[in-house]
Amino acid sequence: MTESNPAAAVRVAGAPADRARTFAWNPGLVIGLVMLVVVALTAIIAPLVFGAQATGVGSDPGQSASAAHPLGTDTLGRDMLARTLVATQSTVLMALFATALSSVVGIALGIGVWLAPRRLRELGLRLIEFAVSYPTMLVAIIVAAILGQGVVQVVVAVAVANIAGFARLTANLAAKISASEYVTTARLMGVPVHRLALRHVLPNMAEPILILIAGAFSGALVEISGLSFIGLGAQSPAFDWGTLLNDGLSRIAVNPIVIVGPAVALTFTSLAALMVGDGLAAAANPRSNSTRARLVRAEGEPALVATEGDDVVLIADGITVTHGSTGRPLVSDVSFTIRRGEVLGIVGESGSGKSLTASVVARLLGEGLEASARRLELGGTDLIGRVSGRTLASKIGLVYQDPGTALNPALVLGSQLSDVLTIRLGFPRRGALGLLARAFEAVKLSDPEGRLRQHPHQLSGGMKQRAMIASAMSTKPDLLIADEPTTALDVTVQREVLSLLRRMNEQSGTAVLFISHDLGVVRALCDRVLVMKDGRIVERIDDVATLSEDTVEHPYTKQLLAATPVVAVPREARS
Amino acid sequence: MSEVMVDVRGLDVSFGSARVLRGVDLRLERGRTVGVVGESGSGKSTLAKVLVGTVRAASGTATVDGVDIVAADRRAMRAYRRRTQMIPQDPYSSLSPRRTIAQTLAEAVDPARGRVTRHEQLIAEWLVRVGLSADMMHRFPHEFSGGQRQRIAIARGLIIDPHLVIADEITSALDVSVQAQILDLLAGIKESLGVTMMFISHNLAVVQRVSDDVVVLYQGEVVEAGPVEQVYSDPQHWYTRRLLDADPGAPGFSLAS
Repeated sequence: MTESNPAAAVRVAGAPADRARTFAWNPGLVIGLVMLVVVALTAIIAPLVFGAQATGVGSDPGQSASAAHPLGTDTLGRDMLARTLVATQSTVLMALFATALSSVVGIALGIGVWLAPRRLRELGLRLIEFAVSYPTMLVAIIVAAILGQGVVQVVVAVAVANIAGFARLTANLAAKISASEYVTTARLMGVPVHRLALRHVLPNMAEPILILIAGAFSGALVEISGLSFIGLGAQSPAFDWGTLLNDGLSRIAVNPIVIVGPAVALTFTSLAALMVGDGLAAAANPRSNSTRARLVRAEGEPALVATEGDDVVLIADGITVTHGSTGRPLVSDVSFTIRRGEVLGIVGESGSGKSLTASVVARLLGEGLEASARRLELGGTDLIGRVSGRTLASKIGLVYQDPGTALNPALVLGSQLSDVLTIRLGFPRRGALGLLARAFEAVKLSDPEGRLRQHPHQLSGGMKQRAMIASAMSTKPDLLIADEPTTALDVTVQREVLSLLRRMNEQSGTAVLFISHDLGVVRALCDRVLVMKDGRIVERIDDVATLSEDTVEHPYTKQLLAATPVVAVPREARS
Repeated sequence: MSEVMVDVRGLDVSFGSARVLRGVDLRLERGRTVGVVGESGSGKSTLAKVLVGTVRAASGTATVDGVDIVAADRRAMRAYRRRTQMIPQDPYSSLSPRRTIAQTLAEAVDPARGRVTRHEQLIAEWLVRVGLSADMMHRFPHEFSGGQRQRIAIARGLIIDPHLVIADEITSALDVSVQAQILDLLAGIKESLGVTMMFISHNLAVVQRVSDDVVVLYQGEVVEAGPVEQVYSDPQHWYTRRLLDADPGAPGFSLAS
């Protein structure tokens, strides 16, 4: 089995994960933070202002809501609003301490497990998984029952219950981060293991840990209140929201208003923490809430003239793509046509817009982008506006860069590669499989019938890519779009796949739009080539056969040609 | 004059029942660069791993600067590893996103403490040498392009003056124009500092730009070895010929199969 070249996969994967992190503020995060500030201010100020009111015995016990006591009074006549506000401090402090304790111990445990020798590590991971599977509340109750009543005991109990969650996250993140190249390189340089943990592993897990802390705080708040509610927490005369709830519950039938205060406060604070956690998660992954890309018609004079020849398959006029939120242009006014039976190459480096241009044609533009075109027609069908999946599926075939990730490893080839025939084009299952088997035969895959029942891992990289091409061609499309189809392959396999594409194109007359960063590959396969840079076509090369640094005009094309590595050997020497 | 830096003889490596390297021989003189070419499964990355000491050979000898790393014990290996540096493939994952360039380079100089202040002069010098500027040292990796990151990775690999540098597909994640710049940089550094380097790549043309010698690996075996010009102009093994013919940029390349 040939493994695909991982280096190549990196190149076209586009934006690297850690490119310029701009923090994406979102409404949930802002609201949550504002709510937490309100809670914090209350916790600080309330005991100073309402302290006497909350603890001083009043003259009218058991009151319902009144102007003097909006949330009523308890059995000793103390104002419930004041008590709720004053209890903020003790409750929030307890939850904070519990969260801090569980995160510090949990992270230390997680790192410790990761540092441990293999046997011990696996045992540790099992134990952590086991601990995580118990509900935290249950663990907290059991621990509190062992430790006995009191504020400290409750805090410790809740902390213990939450440790496993932190330990598991830390151990998993540490395993993931330590597999990255910067950690393996540091390890090879002889950096001691505890330094690895402090320098590389811990700092790079800050984001997910922060999100977990917000969630754990919310949980701890509820758990501590729960323990206090059942009488394990703060003991009279101390009080927190849990004890207030407990006091109120006994008289819920007579004076229901008294539980409103602690109930609302508890909900408000835990909601605030949850919103901050969700907000942080959304900020860490800003793509998760962007909008779907649209393609709209742009007005204006067409850039293409004399495109009405009857052999023109694709007319693309004025394709423009902009980044949705920033308005940054990614592809600017790109126009071209492809004739029947022609192979058109688009060559360019990362950021040139070559793949985006192809994805506009295939109507597969990613989220958060906006596209427009003056004209986009394939085989007489207008592709701007609403286009049915069936039309796209029958007119366009797609071949991607990495056959290793384009195929689902769990499914046999026959079932996943015939999907487009059965689902989009309505072929019966048996007919679709027959068609696919013939397509496999056409790309020279041995034992085509048998291959239908094989899983992707049973094929080499080159065979997988041939199967992908067969599937893409099985619908007899007007246009085959191949985006870096050989970049992940070895050179000898690349040669086979290029030859295959050439042969399929000659036999079927299907036009091909071939995207590549490699001018050498493009030159070998294509009839015409467009050179793209920074979202624009900088040069159109019509005569590929004589292509050289002398025949091209644009300095960028010359630069690309000069940079493309070519084995420099006089051929005569090799006969 | 010519002192042998790397001398590998009859190296065998197996993973389970799979024999990944079979009787590999390789000789590299001080100050020269050997290109290792081969496709997926050829064993070229495994050979690199044996030389940096993360994979143990089953049999054979591999002597680097006088140390036989197949026979060496743990302590000898620890000292050895410091002096063999690897420049990794992917510039996006090889630099810690939360550490400045100066911190990353300081760690290479002094793995235990990694203090920047003590080595600032050396770090500044190396940043200039790889075509960046000294005032960039307090920036973070995300402020750099892929090519610039690879320059930083090269500086990290060379800053301690290692006896052997292994560059594993270091340009394959880069655009062609950036690749050309990195290859020029490497060729220049090699010339001025006399670095001994093993340059691993699947791309024969790239290997030709920086290497003096070349070793062709096929299914774990060395099928051809010698000076680059000689091997490329007069390949003896059918597999070498096939690799050369598959290079799409070569004159005379055609898709007729």
